[in-house]
Amino acid sequence: MNITEKILARASDKNTVSPDDIIFAKVDKVMVHDVSGPGVLKVFDKLQKQGIDTSKLYDPTKVWIAEDHFVPSAEKISAENIVKLSNFSKKYGIKKHFKYGLGQYGICHTLSHEEALVNPGDLYVGGDSHTNTTGALGAFACGLGHTDIAYVLLNGEIWFKVPETYYFKLNGKLPPHVMAKDFILQIIGDIGNDGAAYNTMQFGGTGIDEMSVESRLTLANMTTEAGAKNGIIESDEKTVEYLNERGATNVSQFHGDADADYSKIFEYEASELEPTVAKPFSPDNISVARELSSIELDKSYIGSCTGAKYEDLLAAAKILKGRQVKIRTEVLPAAISIYRKALKNGLIEIFLDAGATVGPPTCGACCGAHMGVLAKDEICVSTTNRNFPGRMGHVESQTYLASPQVAAASAVTGKITDPRDLN
Amino acid sequence: MIGNVIKYERDNIDTDVIIPGTYLKIHDYNELATHAMEGLDPEFPSKVKDGDFIVAGKNFGCGSSREHAPIALSTCGIKAVIAISFARIFYRNSVDGAFLLPIEVDDETYRKIANSDQLEINIEKNEIKNITKNETYAMKPFSEIIAKIIAAGGLFKYKK
Repeated sequence: MNITEKILARASDKNTVSPDDIIFAKVDKVMVHDVSGPGVLKVFDKLQKQGIDTSKLYDPTKVWIAEDHFVPSAEKISAENIVKLSNFSKKYGIKKHFKYGLGQYGICHTLSHEEALVNPGDLYVGGDSHTNTTGALGAFACGLGHTDIAYVLLNGEIWFKVPETYYFKLNGKLPPHVMAKDFILQIIGDIGNDGAAYNTMQFGGTGIDEMSVESRLTLANMTTEAGAKNGIIESDEKTVEYLNERGATNVSQFHGDADADYSKIFEYEASELEPTVAKPFSPDNISVARELSSIELDKSYIGSCTGAKYEDLLAAAKILKGRQVKIRTEVLPAAISIYRKALKNGLIEIFLDAGATVGPPTCGACCGAHMGVLAKDEICVSTTNRNFPGRMGHVESQTYLASPQVAAASAVTGKITDPRDLN
Repeated sequence: MIGNVIKYERDNIDTDVIIPGTYLKIHDYNELATHAMEGLDPEFPSKVKDGDFIVAGKNFGCGSSREHAPIALSTCGIKAVIAISFARIFYRNSVDGAFLLPIEVDDETYRKIANSDQLEINIEKNEIKNITKNETYAMKPFSEIIAKIIAAGGLFKYKK
């Protein structure tokens, strides 16, 4: 069995599972945020009316709460949702509640790794489609809706169809100025935005071994954009070290069998990859950055679970150091811990010196909710993960998805720019 | 189940157009319904009638896990979405929450069904009758667990 199958077999108390099997799997970790949490509470209300007991969760120690989509609250409905979350964690005894404005907080997926909340081999579900991100730590990580998360919170298990696994092998180290974002955009462009629908995307090979944990997280994050149930990367010493540095204890590795089966294998040479951009209005609508050098921009956005980890900010800062931005540029570290590290190492000063604005962690502009949405006809280059119509604001705005290096280089020129072409 | 078709001839109708991100803070079903399909067809809430079906191309509901998407459509009165394929979270949200039926058909059936056609969906027979055109199409049968959850009326009732 491959690693996804092995995790699903363990979690469903079976010796073996195969693609298409239907299982009920025990869940090790659960996440809700300020959109899915109030959604779950709405489901609880409906259940209570049907006489179903919602007074206790299966295990509050396995649950954490993030405040990320609508913080800081722009209006009263969002503010009330945050109050609902506080009441929720109090009522059910959930201790891990990362509150906006109270120490460490940030985007839910970023917290999952920054706070070492998930371990290799865990079965983790979250009320957000980009829950796939955390699979980069060697866990089965999958996004679910409100009803399913409500079911998990009350029963500790959920059904899955065992997915087929597509294996993406990367040979060699990524060249300078090419980032994990470029690789995953290339893959999505190749297989299409439903190219891995219902299936697993697993990454491996020497290129993945070479990659930092944060780069691996970028890959797993965007498997959602190819329709995948989960993205996964086998853990290694780097994974263990990464988690230990963030306070984890007793991290043990969990691996698939060496002779595991994959339904498809895709092979890439790192040396052939280039800075890549997804044009509006789909993450699979890709082009090399150089071909888009005539696209004039209104804004560069460096934020989100996809593109505002420390490594992403560092990559952007290296480009912005000593340069000036020509267009509106917003940098939003994905968690307070990242913000702090960026401050300590001088990155925030580099961004400010370049003329960019630095904001608090939030999903706000990435999902077109608040904190910098786009006006009609505005064009943005963004380190985020989606560019559907209206995703980042007005339905007639446009988003080009890119790596932090491309977003930073483009901020300097005001046009989509391959970082290799900056003077 | 009989209803009329609202057809969108396009693939990848994503959750951002079904219910834009700015409305994710809303959890009142009736209010969500007033914004259904706003990113694609702002007239949708005023033209949809209770019992209608949406017909669309492949990968319907791609994107976010927001349950607001099937909630907004079902609260408007949509009883089924007939598409060539569905994105996974939209599909399971529709079924587990018992909001609407996600029905898969082949390309030819998708092309044959026109806007405003009246259809009768029979999930026992895996059949869609086009009353307007006097044609009958096959739908892809639900997998065993999906059929059971639908028959029970959602995941909680299935596992009760």
